[in-house]
Amino acid sequence: MCLGVPGVIIQISPLTEAGHTAVVDFSGVRREVCLDLVDEPVEVGDHVLVHVGFAIRRIAPEDLAETLAFFASLAAEDLEGLPPPVPPTGERES
Amino acid sequence: MTRHKDPPPFSDAHVRQAHGAGGPAMRALIESVFLAGPSADDPADAEARALDDGAAIPFGDQFLVLTTDAHVVHPVEFPGGDLGRLSVCGVVNDLAMMGACDVLGLTSSVILEEGFEISLLRRLQASVQAACREAGTRILTGDTKVMGRGEVDGVVFSTAGLGVTRRVVRDAGLRPGDTVIVTGTIADHGLAVLGARHDLGLQGDLRSDVAPLNGLIRAALAAGGGHIHAMKDPTRGGVTSALNEMASKSGVGVMLTEAAVPMTAAARAAAEILGIDPLMVANEGKALLGVAPEAVDAVLAALRAHPLGRAAAVIGRVTADEPGRVLLDTGFGTRRLVERDATPLPRIC
Amino acid sequence: MTAALQFRDPVRGEALLRRLARAVDATGATRERPVSVMHVCGSHEQAIARYGLRSRFPAALDVRMGPGCPVCVTDAPEIDAAVALARSGLHVLTYGDMLRVPGTEASLDDARAAGARVEVIYAATQAVAAARASAATVVFFATGFETTAVATGALLRAAPPDNLQVLSAHKWVPAAMEVVAENPNSRIGGYLAAGHAATITGWGVFEGFVARHGKPVVVAGFEPLDILAGLCVLVEQIAEGRAEVVNAFPRCVGREGNARALAALNDVFETDAGEWRGIAHVPSGNLRLRAAYAAHDAAHTFADRLAAAAEPIPRANAADCVCGAIMIGQACPTDCALFGRACRPDTPVGACMVSTEGACRIWYEARA
Repeated sequence: MCLGVPGVIIQISPLTEAGHTAVVDFSGVRREVCLDLVDEPVEVGDHVLVHVGFAIRRIAPEDLAETLAFFASLAAEDLEGLPPPVPPTGERES
Repeated sequence: MTRHKDPPPFSDAHVRQAHGAGGPAMRALIESVFLAGPSADDPADAEARALDDGAAIPFGDQFLVLTTDAHVVHPVEFPGGDLGRLSVCGVVNDLAMMGACDVLGLTSSVILEEGFEISLLRRLQASVQAACREAGTRILTGDTKVMGRGEVDGVVFSTAGLGVTRRVVRDAGLRPGDTVIVTGTIADHGLAVLGARHDLGLQGDLRSDVAPLNGLIRAALAAGGGHIHAMKDPTRGGVTSALNEMASKSGVGVMLTEAAVPMTAAARAAAEILGIDPLMVANEGKALLGVAPEAVDAVLAALRAHPLGRAAAVIGRVTADEPGRVLLDTGFGTRRLVERDATPLPRIC
Repeated sequence: MTAALQFRDPVRGEALLRRLARAVDATGATRERPVSVMHVCGSHEQAIARYGLRSRFPAALDVRMGPGCPVCVTDAPEIDAAVALARSGLHVLTYGDMLRVPGTEASLDDARAAGARVEVIYAATQAVAAARASAATVVFFATGFETTAVATGALLRAAPPDNLQVLSAHKWVPAAMEVVAENPNSRIGGYLAAGHAATITGWGVFEGFVARHGKPVVVAGFEPLDILAGLCVLVEQIAEGRAEVVNAFPRCVGREGNARALAALNDVFETDAGEWRGIAHVPSGNLRLRAAYAAHDAAHTFADRLAAAAEPIPRANAADCVCGAIMIGQACPTDCALFGRACRPDTPVGACMVSTEGACRIWYEARA
């Protein structure tokens, strides 16, 4: 129901009447995103989840790793006979 | 013509946006209004009723190919092109898709709204001329009309083109066993225009692919000859509409492989964040080719040797099963690609 | 998108499909008596459709689409209000999803075609920018669930210009899950909850639901592996007779949610009982602006225009639409007499046919 897209902060913008904003890169296109809803400090290089122009969560590398590990454990028993999965990189964006 | 099975009933009292979106509603309007009347079953009208990109007229041992296209776009200038360039390329590409890569000439009718900026008009006309040079043709004759404020939205370019070919290629010519080739990355035009139109604030290399394809197609036809069974340019409605129309008219099915469809990183990212299916987005400088397997390597090599075909790729195959259907193998399962009657909009859900 | 590609890895997808098939078998379900689960999120349906996952689900698994599409559940009178304001000469902004959804007799797109000024925006911040750039009043027809409502809340808290008016049709999705679960005829064995909504609310919000209804809830994301993993964990709980909240989307969801966003939501909005299209009455399902924000509340500012707007005349067959039963999992699109006949994508009667997320639209396109 809600299109949320992960991206990487590449620049924190100066405070303006539009509030606290940052330029976020979404694997090839960039957009100004409002930071007024994200509930922890963010900096350049952080991954954030963006919906309708607002960052709504910082995606922590450890949370990403936890998700990947969880899925890998669910899939582990059933990989027999399949080609090798995409190797995990762990800390790139969601 | 091969009628689409089960044409939707036509009960509209007024023209809607959907009637111009390149999908089933547009075909219903054409069939029930423009192709209605006493001549509906006259074999002499078969050419118009084929609803191909243009009409082929036998002329000596060759064919004259005639096509016409009215162009409007908002904004008039967009990253990678403008209305002037679009008006030339749209017509040149329709001719090329019929095999007519030698363009004898174009006509250009321009309808202007009172108040339209002359400096912008000059820029559009410069684009028209530049695109004509690229395509190796020129405007032979034209017409100008001015409407009052509000009577037309800015500017309309209506262009016709005349080409010549020894062999006509139809969009209805796909055969089971053919390979489907796309001549380059998809969705660039529609996403560039959408980004500019709705002021989405997207920064990045989103550029329209608008370009005249006759040189590229000439090279492909030289390499593939009669093994190129069908061609179509995936404009409004994108690859989805073009392939549905080709499959339906040809009485075949098409299976596409999603992972093989070429896209630029910027277009892929923009489609993702806007929630838009790139297979539904318009292209203005790409072609879909149905090619017999024995000629695929030669045609691909010829396409990739041309500057406009470097990213050409095999994206699918034509099947005898499920005629009229276009299926997509996503890597996880398959889904049907269904034409829609509306230009995609950015969505938030 | 390196990691995104890992969540789209067909090899792990194949393994999860095998696991899912075993889990479905373990429930004892058959094609004739399938195990039914419901997702409450239009984006789950989008992802299922986009990746062709339905073509691979076990035959004994019935994945239903619940009231999770804000476009589908926005009630006709709410759209009528936006149409009335647009027709009265006001500049109306809305998300692309809502543009073509019919109200009682017209959509915002119809109003636009007839000359009203209606524009599509993609980010909530564009509404503020449009108001700043205009001397005239700008009405933002704000739709969506809590994920989207927090953005509307944030911009109203950030001292927006006086000429920005918000017409709120925002909804609170946990309220609709209650309505579905309380239906005594429900055969839904478990729920796949919407990942991005849970980013805001936290997964803890579902603990009370599980305790009240004894059905498992799994919070899942939107990549194909997210959905397959979520379904595995959900169906395994059903097979084992367990009912817990499991967070299968830890990269974007925590237990407590986003406190700052929830503060914006609670400060600006209050819940109110309301009609959801098709489902009828949902207690605490609507989010309306609090009195403190009345100066920016279009429903308040333009109450006279809304009251004066002509009562729209319902289209003849609207009463036969069974969208509501479809959205609570009681009916399939093919159970509806209008489906594929009077109600088609080009002439939609119910919202489930308008939205590309709608169950009827997806069924129609799959079989057409």
